[in-house]
Amino acid sequence: MNETQKNRMQTVGTAFREFYTRSGMFLILVVMLLIVSCLTPNFLRVTNLLNLLRQVSFTAIIGCGLTFILISKNMDLSSGAIVSLTSVVTALFAHPGEYPLAVSIILGLFVGVACGFVNGVIIANFAIPPFIVTLGMKEVASGLALLFSNACPIPDLHEEILWLGTGRVFGVIPIPCVILALVVAVTWVILSRTKFGRHVLAVGGNETAAVISGINVKWIKIKAYILVGFLASLSAIVLTGRNSSGQPSLGSGMEFDAIAAVIIGGTSMSGGVGTIWGTVIGALIIGVINNGMDLMNVNIYYQQIAKGVVMVAAVLLDCLKNRRTTRG
Amino acid sequence: MTGESYILEMENISKFFPGVHALDQVQLRVRRGTVHALMGENGAGKSTLMKILIGVLKKDGGTIHYDGGPYEITGIRDALQKGISMIFQELHPILDMTVAENIFIGRESRKGLFVDKKKMLEDTQELLDRLGVDYIRPSDKMRRLSAAKIQMVEICKALSYNAKLIIMDEPTSALTEDECKKLFEIIRDLKEKGTAFIFISHKMDEIFQISDEITVMRDGKYILTKPADQMTTDELIKAMVGREITSVFPKQQSQIGEPVLEIKGISSKGAFENVSFSIRKGEIFGLAGLMGAGRTEVAEGIFGFRKLSGGEIWLHGKKINIRSPQDAIRYKMAFLTEDRKYTGLFLPLSVSDNVIMPSVKQFLKAGFLQKNCVKKAVQKGIDQFAIKTPSARQTVNNLSGGNQQKVLVARWMLTDPDIIILDEPTRGIDVGTKAEIHKIMSGLACQGKTVLMISSEMPELIGMCDRIGVMHKGQLSGILEGDEMTQVNIMRYAAGLTV
Repeated sequence: MNETQKNRMQTVGTAFREFYTRSGMFLILVVMLLIVSCLTPNFLRVTNLLNLLRQVSFTAIIGCGLTFILISKNMDLSSGAIVSLTSVVTALFAHPGEYPLAVSIILGLFVGVACGFVNGVIIANFAIPPFIVTLGMKEVASGLALLFSNACPIPDLHEEILWLGTGRVFGVIPIPCVILALVVAVTWVILSRTKFGRHVLAVGGNETAAVISGINVKWIKIKAYILVGFLASLSAIVLTGRNSSGQPSLGSGMEFDAIAAVIIGGTSMSGGVGTIWGTVIGALIIGVINNGMDLMNVNIYYQQIAKGVVMVAAVLLDCLKNRRTTRG
Repeated sequence: MTGESYILEMENISKFFPGVHALDQVQLRVRRGTVHALMGENGAGKSTLMKILIGVLKKDGGTIHYDGGPYEITGIRDALQKGISMIFQELHPILDMTVAENIFIGRESRKGLFVDKKKMLEDTQELLDRLGVDYIRPSDKMRRLSAAKIQMVEICKALSYNAKLIIMDEPTSALTEDECKKLFEIIRDLKEKGTAFIFISHKMDEIFQISDEITVMRDGKYILTKPADQMTTDELIKAMVGREITSVFPKQQSQIGEPVLEIKGISSKGAFENVSFSIRKGEIFGLAGLMGAGRTEVAEGIFGFRKLSGGEIWLHGKKINIRSPQDAIRYKMAFLTEDRKYTGLFLPLSVSDNVIMPSVKQFLKAGFLQKNCVKKAVQKGIDQFAIKTPSARQTVNNLSGGNQQKVLVARWMLTDPDIIILDEPTRGIDVGTKAEIHKIMSGLACQGKTVLMISSEMPELIGMCDRIGVMHKGQLSGILEGDEMTQVNIMRYAAGLTV
């Protein structure tokens, strides 16, 4: 090999490494797509891909909010329970002929905002770990959902709500995907282009330094919890439409899929690092695992195992990568 | 000369990092029973060389001889077993454990299945006795100890491994003059018993006080080694920076005007009491005192980061009420804190984000950040303060200490403050950057800003300040002006005596 060739190889090498550090998870997603599409020819059908996207939407919408929570070095375990409670509240007020459609949707969204506000106020003002506060909220919201619904599904909803979950734009693109796209665009702009977004990074990067920089850290935390609560409720309303009934255990366990998506997407649990784009990729990776295994008729229990392994592997990979790029 | 008189000989050491030739054929020879100063600006390669010695990094070339034989190392534990201990600049003791537990961590004395606490306490007491330290007890919790005492515990730990060579990286940066003296006594004592030291510091006077030989590095290269008594400060500075620094403290005379910030009898429970002083336009006011005298706490109190239990703050002749740093920033104050890592920087964030954080508002248009304006402002800061970074997007954690400090200076200058509080602005940074920061301070005063500077280095205070307030045990024990500003006077006030 002559010198120029060698140099070119080196440039390609560094370029690849840079690309990998920035978009490693994206590469993994592509590789997974290739593998799954080889194993199951049906996977690449448009109907299946759209179906996959719709499945992913519900957790990804919550994930976009949770990204703010994790970047600011907080945690939220209550978003699944908020989904359940929102579903019940929305459905109770969504029987045709009783209240206008707007009432059910506004009340539904209010549930998430209120739960988020309570989470945020307690966490911002008292030295209680977010883990515990939101675990408490999870119990309370789940209990309320069961109480309000008598633990039964609530059918018979406005057409429009059903349409949110099952409708398609231009007869092709599922509404949940459109809502996800809007949520991604808006949260991306909030995170990267607004004062609030920068301040969320600052709070996660170094809370004391944030206080000294004149940032109202308490208010930032409260806002972040309101945002994730709002998005959980939004996701819940769409999911309620998809299931054509309000269900008191609709969101159980959803918070973990959403957290997994955020973490797989490269957001650091130690704060200050993370992107919305990463979270979307994380959610897609989980979606591909679920969907691919479904198509291959793999036992559902294996899917859960695979998700766990991928999440830890993603973080491990991130650790190794950081170790290589850090130097003394 | 035979190899016998040297405990350590590092020859032609090279180290590459991706894209950087970090060490280029560096040599370092340390004689038995001597203190060897390793000098160089930040980024000169001192830390890299030491990390190779203790096995944290692998060398890419060169040879090491230690204690009369070739030296192969697998890691920091191995280094300890071989008798090489490093005391890092930033110590990380386990705060809720006792002194004894910290010293014997990982190799606790055992009695059957259980830890033999009694033996550990006895062994620790023996080590402390050997050092002649009677102000630390083996059962003290680390959390209760001052920085100086924690330093002593680290030395005990090194002794407990029978260290023949102890590396100290900026050991005095958190110590007061008095504590430094004690540390030096102990170093001299150990030296006599045959222990060798590699001593890294930026403080010139210390180097000449304590070291026998000096090796200078610059930009990853070996420059020279000389006995300390054959070298002058100027010569040393020149070797380190490779250029003449005409004056270490280039203070220009500024136009001093009317009082701007008046502090009237402020107190904060358990930290300081009844502190009063005023600073005028264009003036640099220094706060001196021993560690724990309450200097930083006063600054925090003024800036609204610490609750005041009494007293008033007046600005431009009007009483103001500062309840949080937000209020302070609104009154055009800036606070460059003492501890870059814990209260200053957002380590995982980019240089750009670190610079704009307190002044994000300036860059909003209809609620959205104007990326081009941000870019321009940050680039201006990078150029103005000569911050060495590959780009504004670089994570600030990857910059050297001096450059991190400059990022913080750029951050606060962007808020266009009238009153600037600087807490130990030059601690642990290299000579070149130090001079630059002094120049910036001097420039601020000339622009008519009001500066409050806290420092533990008396020459720095005397060189930079128009007046110096000295604190002792939470109280302002005196204010010095003009010719009164001497090291002797400062020390007398700091010790609670009168001048």
